[in-house]
Amino acid sequence: MAEILVLVDHVDGEVKKVTLELLTAARRLGEPAAVWIGPGADGAKDKLAEYGAAKIYVAADEELTSYVVAPKAALLAQLVADKSPAAVLVSATAEGKEVAGRLAVKTGSGVLTDVVDVAEGAVAEHSIFGGGIIAHAKVKTGTPIVAVRPNSIAPEAAPAAGAEEAVSVTLSDADKAAKITEKVVQEKGERPDLTEAAIVVSGGRGVGGAENFKIIEDLADSLGAAVGASRAATDAGWYPHSFQVGQTGKTVSPQLYIAVGISGAIQHRAGMQTSKTIIAINKDSEAPIFELVDYGVVGDLFQVAPQLTEEINKRR
Amino acid sequence: MNIVVLVKQVPDTESPRKLKSDDSTLDRAAADGVINELDEYAIEEALRIKEAQGGEVTVLTMGPDKATDSIRKALAMGADKAVHLVDEALAGSDALQTSYAIQQALGRTGFDLVVLGSESTDARTGVLAAMLAERLGVPQLSLANKVEIDGSAIKIQRQTDYGFDKVEASLPAVVSVVEKINEPRYPSFKGIMAAKKKPVDTIGIADAGIDAAQVGLANAATEVVDFAEAPPRAQGQIVTDEGDGGAKIAEFLASKKFV
Ligand SMILES: Cc1cc2nc3c(=O)[nH]c(=O)nc-3n(C[C@H](O)[C@H](O)[C@H](O)COP(=O)(O)OP(=O)(O)OC[C@H]3O[C@@H](n4cnc5c(N)ncnc54)[C@H](O)[C@@H]3O)c2cc1C
Ligand SMILES: Cc1cc2nc3c(=O)[nH]c(=O)nc-3n(C[C@H](O)[C@H](O)[C@H](O)COP(=O)(O)OP(=O)(O)OC[C@H]3O[C@@H](n4cnc5c(N)ncnc54)[C@H](O)[C@@H]3O)c2cc1C
Repeated sequence: MAEILVLVDHVDGEVKKVTLELLTAARRLGEPAAVWIGPGADGAKDKLAEYGAAKIYVAADEELTSYVVAPKAALLAQLVADKSPAAVLVSATAEGKEVAGRLAVKTGSGVLTDVVDVAEGAVAEHSIFGGGIIAHAKVKTGTPIVAVRPNSIAPEAAPAAGAEEAVSVTLSDADKAAKITEKVVQEKGERPDLTEAAIVVSGGRGVGGAENFKIIEDLADSLGAAVGASRAATDAGWYPHSFQVGQTGKTVSPQLYIAVGISGAIQHRAGMQTSKTIIAINKDSEAPIFELVDYGVVGDLFQVAPQLTEEINKRR
Repeated sequence: MNIVVLVKQVPDTESPRKLKSDDSTLDRAAADGVINELDEYAIEEALRIKEAQGGEVTVLTMGPDKATDSIRKALAMGADKAVHLVDEALAGSDALQTSYAIQQALGRTGFDLVVLGSESTDARTGVLAAMLAERLGVPQLSLANKVEIDGSAIKIQRQTDYGFDKVEASLPAVVSVVEKINEPRYPSFKGIMAAKKKPVDTIGIADAGIDAAQVGLANAATEVVDFAEAPPRAQGQIVTDEGDGGAKIAEFLASKKFV
């Protein structure tokens, strides 16, 4: 069976959930082979094997993560040449898509982005135009490179060998042209990762200030949810930009999305429209967010949201 | 400095967006064409760099005749001239081919800096900047929310999942921007009048040295197999708060087993 390369997303040595989703999808296409780039693979190998990685390629050289994107694509291109995989799967994050783009050029292959499902033969399902149209597409030339949106495929364990093989690549000058001099991490706290969370509670301009985001956080904590924000809220500095949901923020597809004091502008919707269940609290009954909701309350968020938090906590 | 800004015309996100049933490509007639929002930020950044460093800003657009409107708007904002790559042979090109065609067109304009949006609102692939940097063999300075240039040294802040990276490189380079980078100007009346006289070089694939066998729907590396409208979301229930709005949501959540 042909290998399917899966680029592992990891933070602080922890495999992100999207990688388990990719491994699950990869099993439909062939034999999953995880590709770990950077230090720290040791603690993660069991997890990768548990979710079906027959092989784990480890490129531990720190240099590969010291430059913008290009080294990752260089390593994957070499693996494509050496192992002739039937497809390469990456997560459809901003950086994942960039890796996919460079790899497509290097290998002369087609790339499919924002994929929400993959079937045998690497036929990919896309949700486009803000979820309005479902399209199926495939790659005709080269090795299919598929960027899958986090939270689209349910991860299922299927233990495999997880045989480790150390790999490396010699970087060209062009691969080292954009040097990362510092990585600045904005505080994340203890809440689940925004793109991976099953429930997201987001606050917008209606929240009215940084201090008031406590209301959003309390509601999120009552549900074990991640916190998100609209651009109006991040631009105002009430919440860090890395929590922005939308076209130029993160695309989320949780089981439940609660929009609090958010009008539902098209750019916001682009990032949350494929959420399974949507709830809104907004004092304006005409707010476009209500067009999307499964349940909506027209009312003052300062009354409704704390009451909701209290009711949920009571039921726990 | 020779700055080239890439501007894509996209269907207005407020109007209905469709694919054509015959070839599964974007139905450009069904919706009004506008400049891709993030490209306005790219134009603004290019203008600011020119204002600080001197030089010239050239708009480069690949797209049908109709895209002229978007080119005029970019010129009205203050760009100096434009290249409009238009050719039937390009219709239906995918991202890999588009990046090739733009690379070839850049051979005609030359560049010290290519500035583009990090993502379009229609296709949203977000791959163009990476593909171009790879093809051109120049630094990929993508997802920038801040750009600083000093001589031939260029520094950006690259927006990441966890915050941002500080990145350094030297020109020539490709820079893609996110919306945090600036606030685009509106074209002034004077700008709109001046735009009418600015040169637009309309070229076809032969002028740009593009191989017809490497572009267009028939030669694309990707293929749309089928598409359908997603089932509309069922009409939800909307209630007005009468002091029990929070409790009602909690009941709804309980009925759906979220709590
Ligand atoms: C290039 C570009 C990219 C963009 N990308 C994004 C993006 O990624 N994400 C994003 O979110 N936006 C994005 N935007 C911005 C988007 O257009 C909207 O401006 C933004 O989403 C508005 O945020 P909001 O809904 O919080 O604010 P508003 O539109 O001002 O809405 C606030 C809402 O809160 C309600 N409200 C106020 N007070 C209360 C109260 N006490 N109780 C209940 N409700 C109340 C109001 O009725 C209103 O509906 C982008 C825009 C551009 C041009
Ligand atoms: C709904 C939909 C889905 C698609 N999915 C795929 C896919 O999965 N894979 C694929 O290979 N192709 C896909 N395409 C084709 C794709 O739209 C084109 O190849 C397009 O030219 C490049 O993709 P983009 O606009 O997403 O680029 P992005 O990388 O999102 O755009 C970034 C920037 O590149 C610049 N730019 C992009 N196109 C042009 C242009 N024509 N002229 C000037 N500047 C430009 C703009 O500055 C823009 O802000 C899709 C098209 C549609 C309509």
